[in-house]
Amino acid sequence: MQTYIYPEYEVVRDRAKCVNCRICERECANGVHRFDEKLKVMVEDSAKCVNCHRCVCMCPVHALKIVKSDDTYKLNANWDNRTINEIFKQADSGGVLLSSMGNPNTYPIFWDNLLINASQVTNPPIDPLREPMETQMWLGSRVVSIRRDAEGKLVDTLKPQLKLSVPIMFSAMSYGSISYNAHESLARAASELGIYYNTGEGGLHKDFYKYGANTIVQVASGRFGVFREYLDTAAAIEIKMGQGAKPGIGGHLPGAKITADVAETRMIPEGADAISPAPHHDIYSIEDLRQLVMSLKEATDYKKPVFVKIAAVHNIAAIASGIARSGADVIAIDGFRGGTGAAPTRIRDNVGIPVEVALAQVDQRLREEGIRDNVSIVAGGSIRSSGDLLKAIALGADACYIGTAALLAMGCHLCRSCHSGKCNWGIATQRPDLVKRLDPDEGARRLVNLVTAWKHELEEMMGGMGINSVEALRGNRLMLRGIGLTDRELNILGVKSAGESM
Amino acid sequence: MSGQRMIDSIAVMRERSNGLGGGFAGYGIYPDYKEFYAFHLFFDSKEARKETESFILRHFEIAYSSEIQTRKIPQVTDEPIIWRYFLAPLSRKLADSHLDEREYVARCVNRINVCIDGAYVFSSGKNMGIFKGVGYPEDIGAFYRLDEYFGYCWTCHGRYPTNTPGWWGGAHPFGLLDYSIVHNGEISSYDANRRYIEMFGYKCTLKTDTEVITYIIDYLVRKRGLTMQEAAKVIAPSFWATISSKSEEAQREETFLRRAFPSLLVTGPFSIIVGYTGGIMALNDRLKLRSAVCATKGDLAYVASEESAIRKVEPDLDKVWSPAGGEAAVFELYDKEGV
Amino acid sequence: MKIDAKDMACEQLNAAIKASADRKIEVTDVVGQRYIATACSDKEIEIHGTPGNAMGAYLDGATIALYGNAQEATGDTMNGGEIDVFGSAGDATGYAMRGGKIFIRGDVGYRCGIHMKAYRDNKPAIVIGGRAGSFLGEYQAGGTIVVLGDEIGDKPVVGYFCGTGMHGGEMYLRCDRIPVTLPPQVKAEQIDAIPSDVKALVERWCKLFDKDVKTYTGAKFFKLTPDSENPYKRMYTSN
Repeated sequence: MQTYIYPEYEVVRDRAKCVNCRICERECANGVHRFDEKLKVMVEDSAKCVNCHRCVCMCPVHALKIVKSDDTYKLNANWDNRTINEIFKQADSGGVLLSSMGNPNTYPIFWDNLLINASQVTNPPIDPLREPMETQMWLGSRVVSIRRDAEGKLVDTLKPQLKLSVPIMFSAMSYGSISYNAHESLARAASELGIYYNTGEGGLHKDFYKYGANTIVQVASGRFGVFREYLDTAAAIEIKMGQGAKPGIGGHLPGAKITADVAETRMIPEGADAISPAPHHDIYSIEDLRQLVMSLKEATDYKKPVFVKIAAVHNIAAIASGIARSGADVIAIDGFRGGTGAAPTRIRDNVGIPVEVALAQVDQRLREEGIRDNVSIVAGGSIRSSGDLLKAIALGADACYIGTAALLAMGCHLCRSCHSGKCNWGIATQRPDLVKRLDPDEGARRLVNLVTAWKHELEEMMGGMGINSVEALRGNRLMLRGIGLTDRELNILGVKSAGESM
Repeated sequence: MSGQRMIDSIAVMRERSNGLGGGFAGYGIYPDYKEFYAFHLFFDSKEARKETESFILRHFEIAYSSEIQTRKIPQVTDEPIIWRYFLAPLSRKLADSHLDEREYVARCVNRINVCIDGAYVFSSGKNMGIFKGVGYPEDIGAFYRLDEYFGYCWTCHGRYPTNTPGWWGGAHPFGLLDYSIVHNGEISSYDANRRYIEMFGYKCTLKTDTEVITYIIDYLVRKRGLTMQEAAKVIAPSFWATISSKSEEAQREETFLRRAFPSLLVTGPFSIIVGYTGGIMALNDRLKLRSAVCATKGDLAYVASEESAIRKVEPDLDKVWSPAGGEAAVFELYDKEGV
Repeated sequence: MKIDAKDMACEQLNAAIKASADRKIEVTDVVGQRYIATACSDKEIEIHGTPGNAMGAYLDGATIALYGNAQEATGDTMNGGEIDVFGSAGDATGYAMRGGKIFIRGDVGYRCGIHMKAYRDNKPAIVIGGRAGSFLGEYQAGGTIVVLGDEIGDKPVVGYFCGTGMHGGEMYLRCDRIPVTLPPQVKAEQIDAIPSDVKALVERWCKLFDKDVKTYTGAKFFKLTPDSENPYKRMYTSN
């Protein structure tokens, strides 16, 4: 049976402008563009197009654009085109639908229903360009005992913490799911900014050990590349229990992406699938998590904070409470909008909850139990702007992870085709000809630009509300008001409604 | 020193308040009952008083109790029922609670304020007392007949309320045990501070900056054992950039305090005076967005928002200075016990 | 160096082991102390008693001889070295190990050798003297697991779901027939003689635990291998 699926997006070429330079052809790893020798014109096959906009950006005469196709099945509010096409694909292949990047569906975005406060009269706003403004944050446990030496001076009894110049970190993205050059860009930007990037579960390339002071290494269920030196090199260790894009399931990097270099970094044979089991098989309950936390601390002489990253799921507050008592120093919460290099579509689009509510509930629960000082909280899973960042901190986050935003800064156009391994922007690919398109100098520079710009914006907004240190913003929910939310949602977020006074 | 000196002094700064709150704290004013916790309470009704007294009787031995003597003046109206109790915790109850005595008392104060409708403990320290209400401070002072009280230390305050309505309990000083705090300004870190401090058993029922600052000081000094100076470095720390230019020892101390208690950093404009047994501490926010002046004359120390208020009662001062933002000015008796 | 671990907290014991200048360390009276010799690379440790979980986690070249039973997660994410257990071991023994060897005189619990992998010259190996619980070699991606079925009576040599998700490495089971249904991607063949590297492992086991070499090396084994390194290739459809 012929189930031709008309392309969702069409490549439109302005033939009057096109000079047949064939740049688009060279730039497209999907083979969309082709020079027709007979007709002496460029032709395009929209069926192969993933809408990554590489050709649009590279066309020297701006002759290309990509538009949403107006082809449609008979309109049906229940059975939309996408749903029908997915059925066709599965009937054709018998396969599990595989998607990339974060959940793109129309669920509520609570960030967009939160408004920020500013000072008027009773309290002065602060001009961040001329007055001191602090965005530095320390991550980790803050449980201290007050002890004094023989002279009565306070003794530093803090456990190891991480110092961030600005409360932003690059989320876990493994070498393998993204390219060498992408990793180098992230590592260099993190070093320059005084923040951290995260290796993801794919090990740490030998070339990047020099950025260890700004590296968080991940220990996931597959334990790829986890060995003594890896742990020793890092500034902190993150145990990955889950990921917002695919809570409750493991990872699977197909053998095709396990190039020699990726294999060496993961410490596995070349070409073999790298499968991360859904659970850590040494963790079947919360006390087992403590075992992994403490064994990692023991292995690194208690010199490094240990993060535990979890996906935002329904019972997250109780789970976080258990983690806060496990010896972990930081809880990273990944919301259901978080990105991924590949996840089953149904999981990505249906499992988990938004980070906004998860964060609000976790912060509140830890305070109610009096254990908020045990851990810092890092929120991730679609922090799209400095506005989201500020709101997350006011809800109670100590810092935020950014993944998708960082990829966008490096050139990603969110075509959501990472799983194909043919990223035209040189990010989610291991093909050497594509990888080299991302210049690490340029990648790092753009990441530094992005974070620097967000820092300025954060300072402007903090200054507006009369706060000159991000510590005084954290958990300061009176600086937020909800709009267009139900009472119950306001309650869960722990914020008042717009128009309500203190 | 009688309360009258304070009344004379604060009257100079009438422009700074709007008649919606005034109050005083006197230390060393109850020498005859100095071993007892002096509770001052507002009651909205007789029923509230009955309920409170039955609670008090279950937890304390009452050495003496009476209505606080006031002077009816036309400037002060709508006053609640105001009582004073000198209390000692019941030893058996205290032992059963496994708490130290001050924590026991603090929890009882909290219980009355949170659980008993129409009752409010506004002073609970030993050998000290807070007197406050709605009105200009000089009128409140006259109302409470403070000219008849003598102490070694006094603080007072005139209020221009912003976020919360002017009511008798909301006037300053705000007290907990022997801590009394007067505060000027509006802090922008309020909810960050509140949500943190409430982890440790405090309940911010008044929603005022002063209340939360009192709890912060009580937590840091009484519960955690920091000195007033160290607590000041938590509340109004130097900027990181400033810390990095200090001596190695200062860096170690201040960095430790900021890293350990970041949620107790207070931002926004404030000047506070903390009274406690044997001393006072004055502290400004780190940008010094509010005014404060310190002065000494012989053995006496003065702190005020305006120098004129000091000059009014002591024209001939030995020394006058303004402490820098975040720099705590601490004045203590030679003998801290205050006897 | 001798350490009496009686009443020692786990951090204290591990700190004492780390601080030891001697290469050889004998630890006695161990009861429940976890993470012993974690990430250790240069010591020979003899342990008497019942250590807690995650003994020898991230082990990086050291050797451990345990005179007693091991609990859970022994040799977790081990990179090199050797662990000899003169008793039995619990669940998740050798989880995600990438190098080194674990010899167990008795049985192991569930999920032994799960996600074991090989890397270059690192060929991790686990030799189980008795029998293994269910899910032996789940997700196995490399290395060698040998089960000798010593003194197990009429009990099966492995439990259920052996080799689930296996996509690399090999398992050798000393038995006359495979007692369980294997997953479709795992192939089992009976072999008359084990290859020399496996033979060396079995000989080492015999020597450690004072067993007759011929009884084990001369026996019939089943060899289990996966038929694809990419078992899930055809499972997904791009969306």
